[in-house]
Amino acid sequence: MQDFSTAFSLAFSLIFNADADLVEIIGLSLMVSFSAVLFAVVVGFPLGAVTAVVRFPGRQVLAVILNALMGLPPVVVGLLVYLLISRAGPLGWMNLLYSPTAMIIAQSILITPIIAALTRQIIEDLHKEYDEQLRSFCVPVSRVVMTLIWDARYSLLTVVLAGFGRAIAEVGAVIVVGGNIDHLTRVMTTAIALETSKGDLALALALGIILLVIALSINAAAYILRSSAHRSAYA
Amino acid sequence: MQPLIFCVAVRIVQLMLDIMTKSKPQPQPLLLLPLVVQNLSYKVGEKLLLDNVNATVNSTGVSVVLGANGAGKSLFVRLLHGLLKAEQQAIKWNGQTLDLATRKRQALVFQKPVLLRRSVSANIEFVLRRSVLKPRTANFIQQRDAVLHEAGLFDQRNQPARLLSGGEQQRLALARALATKPEVLILDEPTASLDAATTFQIETRLEQARDQGIKIFLVTHDIAQARRLADDVMFMHGGRLIEHSESNDFFNHPSSEQAKAYLEGRLLF
Repeated sequence: MQDFSTAFSLAFSLIFNADADLVEIIGLSLMVSFSAVLFAVVVGFPLGAVTAVVRFPGRQVLAVILNALMGLPPVVVGLLVYLLISRAGPLGWMNLLYSPTAMIIAQSILITPIIAALTRQIIEDLHKEYDEQLRSFCVPVSRVVMTLIWDARYSLLTVVLAGFGRAIAEVGAVIVVGGNIDHLTRVMTTAIALETSKGDLALALALGIILLVIALSINAAAYILRSSAHRSAYA
Repeated sequence: MQPLIFCVAVRIVQLMLDIMTKSKPQPQPLLLLPLVVQNLSYKVGEKLLLDNVNATVNSTGVSVVLGANGAGKSLFVRLLHGLLKAEQQAIKWNGQTLDLATRKRQALVFQKPVLLRRSVSANIEFVLRRSVLKPRTANFIQQRDAVLHEAGLFDQRNQPARLLSGGEQQRLALARALATKPEVLILDEPTASLDAATTFQIETRLEQARDQGIKIFLVTHDIAQARRLADDVMFMHGGRLIEHSESNDFFNHPSSEQAKAYLEGRLLF
């Protein structure tokens, strides 16, 4: 019990003194996850919206695949990316293994289906509401998609935050392709796993607290945004 | 960062889809009347909802589509507007089948207004942007404000459209439809759930639109409203067009038993 209280005390001390290692790990974690979310949004929004609005052969199959991929096991994604970018893999010449780029790729693969599938659902619901009116105005498909994405922006922001939450808290994929190398690919989750196994609870706890604060902030932001949008009848 | 992400995502899709639809023809000027409907039927599964409707509409003014609930009125006007697909040759506007160019010269107002999740003025801007007007130019703002003034909604222009009252929402929906400068305006029971004062405002605006030369098709089951507005009446019952005649003829000398019964307030079976 004494050790735990000391560990907590040290953890808070690390946080309040902005320990350099701690800051570096948090910075890398945020950079990797933000980048992955950015990629996932650029791919996932259009993919989800087009799947919701445009009728094409295989649309239902694509929707089912996107839904199924939402539950991708992170370690399996890590393994697949590892096979792709390891020296013997097809992309081995790019020397991406054990780099932040490899971690971004793994997290992007992990969260793109989440963003796309949730976007599809939200856009499909809104499309049902707008469909006749937009067809009546003879709005071209490209503008229909744009209109739906814009008018569903508050709901989609929640999707983005959900994707970010998933990315920042993920450990399985980034540890396989990143390797948890100090000052290079060590992020919050992999650092917590390592420091806990080493028995260095202070750093693990400090990172855990920061991770929790981030998770809480994300949820609070999502809640406030949704409430504000509902109050103004924009969502 | 979020607006940037939205814009990038939206722009990519827009470019992709613009390339796909680039070859579509631009609308050519045409007058839509006469409207000729020939042997128009519509089935859902085995159920025949519209049965062999034939009609010719050549007059400007207000054509009222009258009938009880379930008569097929809304279905009929949705087919006229092309929201539902009819057989290729069943509906002809001035000899043209219902193509994009024809549809762009029409506007439809629904019973329950479908407003975008945006402000009142943004709802008007949405349709004005469809035309050649560039957003945010002086001309664009002038046109938008004129539409808002005409609808009596200028003071509420910055409010979310969905927080307007039911009557204001319908006025906005009508103003938005008229802002597209249609040759034909179709209204599907626009005043069904509105009070007398708002109904009067809507009807006054419809009369102004008619005087400006816009052809109006008004779906209603309200006999008094039909009497006030109709130049000709298309009476429907059980998915069939029972009677189509001048307003005076219809109300004074209905030729069908169903129309007589409806006008006398008797139940129709």
